Amino acid sequence: MERKTNVEAVAGTQNLLITREFDLPVALLFRAYTEPALIEQWMGTRVLKLENRAHGSWQYETADAQGQVVFRAGGVIHDFQPGHQITRTFEMEHAPFSLQLELLEFEPLSEDRSRLRICSVFRSVADRDQMLRLPFARGLGMAHNRLQALMTTFA
Amino acid sequence: MNLRRDVFQALADPTRRAILLLVASQAMTAGAIAANFDTARPTVSKHLQILTECELLRQEQNGREIHYHLNPGKMKEIADFIEPFRAMWEERFNKLESLMQAYQAPKAS
Repeated sequence: MERKTNVEAVAGTQNLLITREFDLPVALLFRAYTEPALIEQWMGTRVLKLENRAHGSWQYETADAQGQVVFRAGGVIHDFQPGHQITRTFEMEHAPFSLQLELLEFEPLSEDRSRLRICSVFRSVADRDQMLRLPFARGLGMAHNRLQALMTTFA
Repeated sequence: MNLRRDVFQALADPTRRAILLLVASQAMTAGAIAANFDTARPTVSKHLQILTECELLRQEQNGREIHYHLNPGKMKEIADFIEPFRAMWEERFNKLESLMQAYQAPKAS
């Protein structure tokens, strides 16, 4: 299977770089990140709050099939440039993970192709490595299973 | 002791990363490795010891010389570490893409 998503965690740095190219115009890619109804569908999480502006804040939460909240995260939006860039903080509630600074860059590659670069900056190298080491995917994986169920319902 | 942490700590040092890059192309003796650095020889030896202990490097006796080899299995283990995380994002972004493609379709047709 084609690996479109690239994750780079250069040893000794406190960054995590996620890159992905989409067969989508950059405007649509940006909307997928800024419209709650769309975020809820592809992330499988509930958008409690999303203020798309500098000094705004955001909060998402995910519940399991029994309605138990399994994941809640939030942060503040530092910079918001429509169609180009979002700079925000990200922190999971009640989780032993470091706060992250997220720099999202949306870039057109052609009329119908675009690229997303997410640079997550952690407090320290150790914090970044801890996040990669812990079974992070499990917690969010639950959200992800829920999303799959949702998409199957649609199909 | 947490072995995995050791690997990450070993990789956190720039000189040790440079050593790994160096032996990635060919196995080398400690002396040949040290010749590439301004650092004192004992310091390089210490780095080699750490890299060997966490299995990033393997020693191989070659006559009277000891050659250091990169252990590709260990390097892969580190790459595998990131794989579940990458796969999660790949999956999500695939959803995003198909969702938005469907979104754009009615407008385009």
